[in-house]
Amino acid sequence: MDKNRVVVTGLGVLAPNAHGLAAYEQALRDGVSGIRFIEKLDEQKFACQVGGVPPGVDELKHQYLADDDLLAMNDAMIYTAIAGLDCWRDAGLPPIESNTPVDWDTGAIIGTGIGGMQTIGERLIPMVDKGRVGRLGSTMVEQVMCSAVSAKLGGLLALGGQVTTNSSACTTGTEAVIDAFHKVQSGQFARMLAGGAEGSSHYTWSGFDAMKVLNSRSNDAPERASRPMSASAAGFIPGSGAGLLMLESLASAEARGARIYAEILGGAVNSGGQRFGGSMTSPNADGVVRCIRTAITRAGIDATQIDAINGHLTATFADPSELENWRRALDVEACKLPPINATKSMLGHALGAAGGLECVALVLQLHHGFLHGSINCDDLHPKIEPFRAAVVQQTRAFAGQIIAKSSFGFGDVNGCVIFRRWSK
Amino acid sequence: MNEAEITEKVIALITPYVKNRDALVGISKDTSILGDLGVNSARLVDIVLAFEDAFNIEVSDDAADSITTVGDAVALIGKLVA
Repeated sequence: MDKNRVVVTGLGVLAPNAHGLAAYEQALRDGVSGIRFIEKLDEQKFACQVGGVPPGVDELKHQYLADDDLLAMNDAMIYTAIAGLDCWRDAGLPPIESNTPVDWDTGAIIGTGIGGMQTIGERLIPMVDKGRVGRLGSTMVEQVMCSAVSAKLGGLLALGGQVTTNSSACTTGTEAVIDAFHKVQSGQFARMLAGGAEGSSHYTWSGFDAMKVLNSRSNDAPERASRPMSASAAGFIPGSGAGLLMLESLASAEARGARIYAEILGGAVNSGGQRFGGSMTSPNADGVVRCIRTAITRAGIDATQIDAINGHLTATFADPSELENWRRALDVEACKLPPINATKSMLGHALGAAGGLECVALVLQLHHGFLHGSINCDDLHPKIEPFRAAVVQQTRAFAGQIIAKSSFGFGDVNGCVIFRRWSK
Repeated sequence: MNEAEITEKVIALITPYVKNRDALVGISKDTSILGDLGVNSARLVDIVLAFEDAFNIEVSDDAADSITTVGDAVALIGKLVA
């Protein structure tokens, strides 16, 4: 059977620095940081007291969700619903009512890194520990099951295809896009919502703070705290939100006259096997290189055709290695690496949502012809100096055709997906 | 507490879980909590917990299972608070 071409026909985003596509595009262009001081982190004696939380959700959620739905939704589920409903509308799909028939042709793969933590931390554990299991009510399971984010949105949209949640640490969102791409490419479903979501719970962030992988040196300057590729990078800043894409077969998109943002040419996920430098918390460089090369091969392009890279780039010690791995994968000199930027410089690291938020950023850049600057890297890391020509420090116009997105995660897992500007 | 007061309180406690908001207009003792009001069946657990807190009563599982209509809830609570 011939493989379907897969295109992006809708986008939805709820990020720390913006809600909605126009605001997100502008924030990316202007280098707007979504990182703020978080009082709770101060109260709870976190070393890092800043983070990225989508603003205004307490008011916004009532525009999207009925009160009875909200009774059983934690923050990650609400973020997913807002981004998902936006994505659906942006794709030009019909409004959903309670009597809307099931859409058997559309599914969803929406990943999350640490599911249900807000509910577990704030309600489930305190109640159970007090011997009050009988007072928990009916809404715990549907909020703490890892698939809560995809399941709730699936119901809101009457999705009848596969509705599931993947989880592969910080590769999650990108992996969801790649897995959904394969579902559409193989003809299993006409459309798949894909991306990632992550809540804003301090319980989620606590373990990272304890590992000392969060930047604790910028509590007094939140907007400068997320510093990928910087000499003064001192760890990542935790973020949250949801970023979703509507992937659709070209045939389906054309049949309904949908607006097409971009085409996905291919993607790959793998693991470094936690050997040769790889571990639960660091990557085997050979695995990364292999993942990128496999994605390029599957996309049917040459390495030379990659016009830009949206990096994983979190602001840890791994940033210089990431650039070196890309250099090896593309087999170029450091000074010849394609332009690369770090969306996390504005959002922080939204864990399971990161890949989704960053794929949305990538598609907006490809569609509107710009590359956003990476903020907070004026003092480039010495090991990144050889790559200086590639680092996008200021937003600029972009006429290229292909952007690659990479994500890497704990467990030594890797993902790389390749998008092309839409042309028939 | 008389029956009218219990009924008013019961309706107020059920309302947050109601999906069919239109059905609240003509709500009566015969209104089915699941069928007419569109309450998700899992939420009956939460509604019974709300009854327990609001009326300071304990509702057994069997008694909770017997609640189908608003009138069923009012009658049960009437007995328990008496």
